[in-house]
Amino acid sequence: MRVALFLTCVNDTLYPDTGRAVVRLLTRLGVDVDFPVGQTCCGQAHYNTGYRHEAEPLARRFAEVFGGYEAVVTPSGSCGAMVRELYPRMGERARAEGRGGALAAALAPVVPRTYELTEFLVDVLGVTDVGASYPHTVTYHPTCHGLRGLGLGDRPLRLLRAVKGLDLRELPGAEECCGFGGTFALKNPDVSAAMGADKVRSAESTGAEVLCAADNSCLMHLGGTMARLRTGMRPVHIAEILASTEEDPLS
Amino acid sequence: MNGTFLGMPAFPEAAREAVRDERLRGNLRHATHTIRAKRAAAVAEVSDWAELREAGRRIKDHTLRHLDRHLLRLEESVTAAGGTVHWAADAAEANRIVTALVRATGESEVVKVKSMATQEIGLNEALEAAGIRAYETDLAELIVQLGDDRPSHILVPAIHRNRAEIRDVFRSEMAAWGRPAPEDLTDSPAALAEAARLHLREKFLRAKVGISGANFMVAETGTLVVVESEGNGRMCLTLPETLISVVGIEKTVPTWRDLEVFLQTLPRSSTAERMNPYTSLWTGTADGDGPRAFHLVLLDNGRTDTLADEVGRQALRCIRCSACLNVCPVYERAGGHAYGSVYPGPIGAILSPQLRGTASGIDASLPFASSLCGACYEVCPVAIDIPEVLVHLRERVVQGGPATREGTKVVLRPAKGHAAERAAMRAARWAFGRPGVLRTGQRLAARTRRLHPRTLPGPGRAWTATRELPPVPAEPFRDWWERTDGGRNEGDAPQDPEETK
Ligand code: SF4
Repeated sequence: MRVALFLTCVNDTLYPDTGRAVVRLLTRLGVDVDFPVGQTCCGQAHYNTGYRHEAEPLARRFAEVFGGYEAVVTPSGSCGAMVRELYPRMGERARAEGRGGALAAALAPVVPRTYELTEFLVDVLGVTDVGASYPHTVTYHPTCHGLRGLGLGDRPLRLLRAVKGLDLRELPGAEECCGFGGTFALKNPDVSAAMGADKVRSAESTGAEVLCAADNSCLMHLGGTMARLRTGMRPVHIAEILASTEEDPLS
Repeated sequence: MNGTFLGMPAFPEAAREAVRDERLRGNLRHATHTIRAKRAAAVAEVSDWAELREAGRRIKDHTLRHLDRHLLRLEESVTAAGGTVHWAADAAEANRIVTALVRATGESEVVKVKSMATQEIGLNEALEAAGIRAYETDLAELIVQLGDDRPSHILVPAIHRNRAEIRDVFRSEMAAWGRPAPEDLTDSPAALAEAARLHLREKFLRAKVGISGANFMVAETGTLVVVESEGNGRMCLTLPETLISVVGIEKTVPTWRDLEVFLQTLPRSSTAERMNPYTSLWTGTADGDGPRAFHLVLLDNGRTDTLADEVGRQALRCIRCSACLNVCPVYERAGGHAYGSVYPGPIGAILSPQLRGTASGIDASLPFASSLCGACYEVCPVAIDIPEVLVHLRERVVQGGPATREGTKVVLRPAKGHAAERAAMRAARWAFGRPGVLRTGQRLAARTRRLHPRTLPGPGRAWTATRELPPVPAEPFRDWWERTDGGRNEGDAPQDPEETK
């Protein structure tokens, strides 16, 4: 199976380790991974801040770059939700505003073939035990767009529970937003920071060493908050935990 | 809307104060978390919740689509039952109508209940200017009124107050409004309730005019419905000789049968009860029973303009259950006052900028008062996609665009202060349209990573004031991918220029 990795601009620029982990993990599972270099950004920040028209060309580009693949995999719940939930809406709005159905038509085949990483593992590959080993205490934060936008459910937890040596701690108030919210973090910094601090404190209360999520944007906000609050916890993307093995452990 | 909210600072500034107020955050956290858990349990008891939610959505949507017809039907039924219907296009007209109606009775005092619409139009202030004193009789609204405060929640307007604060307000203020609180009043809920009961009873027995809102208006029968927990509403609706109800036009449902759905979803969503303790229904007037005269003031005040907006109109489905407030992490930290409106929380963030327009600073900031986490949409019993409307209104604020104002189609200009952001978004889109440009930027960031400041200027300061920045990696992913041929030939990592010096 030949799949395209849609890494997202944040991961590409700031979290290349997550991308490498996805490649390692999928290759280990026998998947042929390609990274189309024409990819850039899903346009989520534009769309959600009110610049829908700036996001449209990026959606069109997405359709062009990823159109020819059997499946597209992304290690980001929010960018995954952007593609699956909001791209079709953008296509419909373009049509309704008399700009034709070209965008909707271009997106139609690629949108349903786009998967968030844990979804792809569980639903498409049909695995929950990916042969990983990670002997640490971990608590998992289900990010909002993964939870409500994509409906990831307990897929990430099932994957984590199957990891050798991993001690999974339940996160109190797990379904509460961490306060990142893209440009919300800049436009409403006080509320955003208060939400982040509360999330970090409840993660800390579990006694876990690692806070795991399936979205580096939220982890960037939470990791930055942890560092400032000097909690000693680390933010780690789920892909890196799932890529970690006994022979080649995540340091 | 209410004059007391004019001149409010924009949401981020108003929220800043609230976030720092430890006591307020404690009160809100405790109250919202308690009701949140109870609501979830009450909803889980109903096996067909999803169907009820969908039915509610459809009834409301259908009604809104043909609202003109249903309103005329309502007017007919109310009139046939002995009531009088008045139409108010805006707040000023509604206030004029109600003031004239009260004056005509010769009274200078009114009792009020369930009156969010009257808060929206600033009726109490208008009555006061006309020499008429209005007494709030809903317990939480009484607390707000005595404390010279503003409501901060749809259902529990005094949610921001704890028991000790309420006792202090009762002790110091009750006497000026009527029967004083007992000298030795404690902060036990029973004692507080008893003090309020005695204070209010005096008002009910004396009042000749009552003013109410309504949760629903049934077009086919002309029946109005108020649901409440205290019984004060029932006193207010039945004891006075004249009853004036001020109700937003969107509260219409076509038939009696439609109530079945909402009388199930509303109590479970709002107070986590299976049924409301008091459900009062009245149809016009009847000899020897209840008020002699009944007036219904149908309030538009921006509602038909909202109705004209395809995406935004769903906000009018709202049945004011307040579930979205109780589950909202932003409301929990910022408190209700920061929203500068009688409708706070997620629903307020989409309703107020539609009813009032986005011209003021506070209204332009409300669509951004959300992290778009979606919890509000998930709990809403009429399935209002609040995040969708927020994003739609954000577009209106930053880009301008078509809207309807006072029945006329207009093209709004973007709100002030977004030019730099617009330019940045455009530049980002330009760069993202060109992978080569993106790569150059990434490489530059990687090469200069040791030089990056730990605190950022401009909008970035908001980030670094409370959070560390992530370090920029030495090599962006796309460079690694090309250098190693997709991870097949892992060579030496690139040299960090700073380290090789
Ligand atoms: S928007 Fe929905 S959840 Fe919020 S108050 Fe209205 S009906 Fe309730």
